[in-house]
Amino acid sequence: MTYIKPRFHHPQLPVNKLGYTKKEYEGVVSTLCSGCGHDSISAAIVQACFEMNIQPHKVAKLSGIGCSSKTPAYFLSNSHGFNSVHGRMPSVATGAVLANRDLIYLGVSGDGDSASIGMGQFVHAIRRNLNMTYIVMNNGCYGLTKGQDSATADTGSINKSGMANPYQNIDLAGLALELGASFVARSFSGDKSQLIPLIKAAMSHHGFALIDVVSPCVTFNNNTGSTKSYDYVRHHMEAVGEFDYVPYESEIKVEYNEGEMIKVDMHDGSKIYLQKLGQDWDPFNRYSALNKLNESRVTGELLTGLIYLNENSRDLHDMNGTVPQPLNSLSETDLCPGSAVLEMINDEHR
Amino acid sequence: MQIDTSINDFVIRLANVNGTGSASSNKMFANSIFKMGIPMTAKNIFPSNIQGLPTWYEIRVSDKNYLGRRDGIDIMVCLNPQSMEQDIANVRPGGYFMYDSTKFLQKDYIREDIHYLGVPMTDLCNKSFEDPRYRQLLKNMVYVGALTALLNIDQEVVKEIIHQEFKKKEKLIAPNELAVKLGVDYAMQNFKCPLPIRVEKRDLIGDSIVMDGNTACGLGAIYAGATVAAWYPITPSTSVVSAFEKYANKLRTDKATGAKKFAVVQAEDELSAIGIAIGANWNGARAFTSTSGPGLSLMNEFLGLAYFAEVPVVLIDVQRGGPSTGMPTRTQQSDIIMAAYASHGDTRHVLLFPCNPKECFEYTAYAFDLAERLQTPIIVMTDLDLGMNEHLSPPLKWDDNRKYDRGKVLNAVELEAISKWGRYLDIDGDGIPYRTIPGTHPTRGAYFTRGSSHDEFARYTEDSNEYVKSMDRLLLKWETAKELVYAPEIYRKKSVESVGLIFYGTTTYAALEAMDLLREEGIETDALRITAFPFRDSIKQFIDEHEILFVIEQNRDAQMKKIITTELEIDPKKLLSVLNYDGLPVSATFIQQSISKKLNEIHHPLTAINS
Repeated sequence: MTYIKPRFHHPQLPVNKLGYTKKEYEGVVSTLCSGCGHDSISAAIVQACFEMNIQPHKVAKLSGIGCSSKTPAYFLSNSHGFNSVHGRMPSVATGAVLANRDLIYLGVSGDGDSASIGMGQFVHAIRRNLNMTYIVMNNGCYGLTKGQDSATADTGSINKSGMANPYQNIDLAGLALELGASFVARSFSGDKSQLIPLIKAAMSHHGFALIDVVSPCVTFNNNTGSTKSYDYVRHHMEAVGEFDYVPYESEIKVEYNEGEMIKVDMHDGSKIYLQKLGQDWDPFNRYSALNKLNESRVTGELLTGLIYLNENSRDLHDMNGTVPQPLNSLSETDLCPGSAVLEMINDEHR
Repeated sequence: MQIDTSINDFVIRLANVNGTGSASSNKMFANSIFKMGIPMTAKNIFPSNIQGLPTWYEIRVSDKNYLGRRDGIDIMVCLNPQSMEQDIANVRPGGYFMYDSTKFLQKDYIREDIHYLGVPMTDLCNKSFEDPRYRQLLKNMVYVGALTALLNIDQEVVKEIIHQEFKKKEKLIAPNELAVKLGVDYAMQNFKCPLPIRVEKRDLIGDSIVMDGNTACGLGAIYAGATVAAWYPITPSTSVVSAFEKYANKLRTDKATGAKKFAVVQAEDELSAIGIAIGANWNGARAFTSTSGPGLSLMNEFLGLAYFAEVPVVLIDVQRGGPSTGMPTRTQQSDIIMAAYASHGDTRHVLLFPCNPKECFEYTAYAFDLAERLQTPIIVMTDLDLGMNEHLSPPLKWDDNRKYDRGKVLNAVELEAISKWGRYLDIDGDGIPYRTIPGTHPTRGAYFTRGSSHDEFARYTEDSNEYVKSMDRLLLKWETAKELVYAPEIYRKKSVESVGLIFYGTTTYAALEAMDLLREEGIETDALRITAFPFRDSIKQFIDEHEILFVIEQNRDAQMKKIITTELEIDPKKLLSVLNYDGLPVSATFIQQSISKKLNEIHHPLTAINS
């Protein structure tokens, strides 16, 4: 079979402000199992980029290894992509971000990729507050190698072969919060209405934005007793609040009453509106967010939505004090000190 | 007792305790010889430790410009009771041993065949300095003073060096000068100065510089326009990126805003360090990392990715003693095979072998051109001796007309003009395809870089034919690389001799001296210095021209010989090995003696067996 989608489309397909149809944001045909949560996330990325009027070539997609890391081929064909080595996408992304601060960086990883083999790199990307969106397609298992438990599998969750997972699970959202990530969200691949605005907000965010998306593995981890199955997640989801994203220069159509929604100005001029569901949680306070997350772990609920946001953090370039223009645009004249300076350096060594 | 007169030809070793401030005194002493216009080389033989263990500083002075190590220590200065027994044993018969005579020397430390120079360093310092810190630190300057008197070093030169060293800490000038004077006066009053072993002013330095190889590599990266450096601290490569950062702060910071035209990231490990360098190169910036043995082991997987996905990257490997943690502060050339074939699967990497700081600079700068031209990792292979020791070297040179070779990178206009572009399509027949940088064109030139098998259009494929095609194209690219890397350097007097020597990197100094020593014995040799892998055809030709060949290396397993015999399909028996792997830079005497002995065995097999 061919994995290339036909380019022709219905002439009346809607276009966005750039004149692009949604087709222009799609990728090749997915080779994942039908019903895979990851495909829904790919579709959400396509929808988010289309609606945000993003120029596809201004996005760089990066991934590690695993089912999730294959997905960048399935969206944004007009963006450069880099399917690197297992667990090492954050370092490749770090280099890419340093080389050109003007692009939008979208990293896609899985629970094996980020919570096991690549845990070190995941942690340090957060520590450096790399300006990127980091989506973990979290299904609690290793799909490509036929269903072994991953480090995010919940304690007691039963896998396809009927074994209960005896180990503690690693909560990537909690870990990111603990480490000081500036944008922490969780979502579910089956909840587009929440996921799409979250992706938009993450891509508008200045700094490291994690979206831990529970994305059921239909083939190896969708059985009864699994806490990452479609049924289980649907019954245990608890959204932290209503959430909306308004792009830069867009007309605000919905009127929000003061006090009901919190408006946040994002770095790129867009806005997000957040509605808090409980009084016990402040999404701009890391400790409060951590508390809320920890409480949900005790009650066994899957907390989703934007859990924490700090829109005033300093990213890696801010900390480095890099020049405003992309480093990859600098020429010999900017970079090479020339022979006269070299002769002075020689002199210092005589 | 033996008394040898020797002008500008001796080895002096200083034995100190790590962390006692001896390094800067020793450096000032070495510098005073350099400022007298005499070729010299200084080597640090130091422990993997911050404070307390023995450390040595060895200076070789040579009118003949021999800059390698030579066996036999003419003068030993010992301030370390821990190593004293060994230090005394290491002095050649007729040589000199200087020590702190505040305490008596143990009876069993007295050798009849060497001269003793007792200087009461502690005593002199205690009498002249109140501050206990000065008392400790300035002992080092007392022996420097005594040595300058004994060796007949110009006191004006010493003064100038002290002033230079402490120009930012002026209050230290007077005590240092006083300590030197204490040493000078004591030597003048108690010994016959100068010694028969001494220096005479010369003008042999010309425009040479004294620099360590790591600084030169860091500067090479600056001049080549590297903007991203990622690294993980590891001896002996740490100072490559420190030098890069130091000069970048100075030369690449916007004067008005203070903004940096570079970024240095101290990564969480070596895997990340090379990942960052690969990511930046993929995105169109010149980026590099530097490491040593254990780091290179960790970088294997990423090197395979960069080879297969064809991403440029520059890596500087400052080799140290292996295997495993090995001897972190000693030198070796023992990463050769691993670097050449790093990563699983069929991979091979371009290696460059500089032999002095000037080449460290040039080769590093050229590595960036090569990496982008060939779209593959380029590994600059230096070692601890070259990287961390200061070497006399021709000055660094840069041609202002030089343009960076960014290789086959398509811009937006070029992409418009091409009807069918494939990331891995070999248009020119040289095995090198055209690449694009993210963000170049709204609808053209985007592709998916991957380490999984791909076709000419960067699409995932498991088709056997497509896979074989891409692997074969990489071999074709390897052939192209042969023409782009440096040619070997051939050292030949006139006619072709029957004995040929092959060496690379820091072995060069000692090997060239060994050729002279062999000639004195009546053995004429030709030599070839390998400067790069893949091997040019001229290396095969050199081997074919000679009956007997020696490959001189600083590792146990004859790593370069193995690569030569495999890659050039040469009978391994044709290449004999001279192998030094004790962690110290190889000496000329060791090479000479090994070769002389082997040749004797070949030419006179019976005598060799009977002896």
